[in-house]
Amino acid sequence: MKAWRILWLALSFLVAILFVWGWQMLADYRIVSPVFLPGPDRAWRSLTLGFTTGDLGMKFLSTVERMFWGWLIASLLGIVLGAAIGTSPRLRTYLAPTLEFLRPLPASATIPVAIAMLGLSDGMVLSVIAFGALWPVLLATIHGFAAVEPRLYEVGRALRLSRPAVIFKIALPSASPDILAGMRLGLTVALILSVVCEMIAGRDGLGNWILLSARSFRAPDLYAGVILLGVLGYGTSVILAAVEGRLLSWRKRAR
Amino acid sequence: MNSDWWKGLVVPAVLLGLAELAMRFHGSVSMSLAAPTDIVIAFGRVLLNGSLLAATGGTLVSAGAGLIFGGFIGLLLGILFGLLAIVDRVMEVTIEAIRPIPSVAVLPIAMLIFGFGYRMEIAIVAFSCLWPVMIMTRAAVGGIEPRLLEVSRALRLSAVDRVIKVVLPAALPRIMVAFRLAAGIALVVAVTVEIAVNPLGLGYGILVAQQALQPDVMLAYLVWIGVIGWGLNVLLSLAQNRLFGRAGQVEVVR
Repeated sequence: MKAWRILWLALSFLVAILFVWGWQMLADYRIVSPVFLPGPDRAWRSLTLGFTTGDLGMKFLSTVERMFWGWLIASLLGIVLGAAIGTSPRLRTYLAPTLEFLRPLPASATIPVAIAMLGLSDGMVLSVIAFGALWPVLLATIHGFAAVEPRLYEVGRALRLSRPAVIFKIALPSASPDILAGMRLGLTVALILSVVCEMIAGRDGLGNWILLSARSFRAPDLYAGVILLGVLGYGTSVILAAVEGRLLSWRKRAR
Repeated sequence: MNSDWWKGLVVPAVLLGLAELAMRFHGSVSMSLAAPTDIVIAFGRVLLNGSLLAATGGTLVSAGAGLIFGGFIGLLLGILFGLLAIVDRVMEVTIEAIRPIPSVAVLPIAMLIFGFGYRMEIAIVAFSCLWPVMIMTRAAVGGIEPRLLEVSRALRLSAVDRVIKVVLPAALPRIMVAFRLAAGIALVVAVTVEIAVNPLGLGYGILVAQQALQPDVMLAYLVWIGVIGWGLNVLLSLAQNRLFGRAGQVEVVR
């Protein structure tokens, strides 16, 4: 079974390589203008050049940093607020409609408001990312806490656990799959908002770099930046999936 | 629940009242905030001079067109991958390499190819709607009762007939869920693109209001964008319940 899996993976890698080769052919024979689509060789050269002689590494790191801090603030805030709202049915009836109304609001629409209040600063960028990434975590946490098996709460009452004890010993573990799913969604939002904020506010980072590359028709640099962003998106989701698997391994055993 | 509906309005009403009082007592002219009544007046102004409706039309047209293009491609790919397990496995690495690219990262590429305007925005919206529709369609098609497919084989239906007469109807409720989610994504991406670079629609309107130091107009736009997002969601949920009833209440996969 496992050997089959590896074989399929190898085959699908081969197909991916075939696609890259097709891309190279498209560029080599100038079927698509090289202004729009440089070959993978030129994008790769621009990528390595950016890392060895340029400051692409610094830009990459500043985007990662921005995304990470915004996401961390959002996650902590979301879990704390979500726990408070999720464990109290009264708070839920008062707040849920407001939250439901705010949920579909595009987070990027808050950028102009944040610029008006905080200017084109790093604080503005951080608060926009934190605000945008807060919603998935907050709503998932509320849902997770509200969906805890009621009998578990009854057990907590029978054992005369205090409210913090109930939250940490019963509700939080039981809601953790929902919370982690929300945090994963929040990370995607954080990456998108970091890139958008860098584009609008001109803060140094990958978003700014790809926009400037496009404006000055440096297509290889642009594709290098896009590839890097794809790697970043993929890498963070793989890391989070690994963390999730480790944190939730007790659930599999319990079943 | 029914007798408690007013409780949901208490918090926003109190917040609005406090904001109104704070702005009135503070009394200064702010460059970043406005009192709720001023926002309502500004909303009426942009509604009457037509700029709000024109901007709304621009955003909805690009979001809708992008959803249709991206959704259609995603639907085709999803059916293909769902029916033919070989194609699905062979394409795995390629798809997983392209999918994590954030939608805004393709923005400069679209800008380079199409310049500013509708086509560029539609292309980006289509790119971001493609993936969720594809993945959920694939799951929906893969989850079809195998006996239905056996029947279609026993009846010797052609491939096209099999898709149209068996696969699509069986997977339709879950495909509808995919399109509902994608519609929300389309609106978010359209507004984001407009705020970032594209000079049309609601996103551009809110940005211009901010740069013109008109906080009341800016906040009116923000509230309006929120209303549209909320309204779209409610409308699509209603349509889904109407069309599919309980069949539409399926679990969202991934």
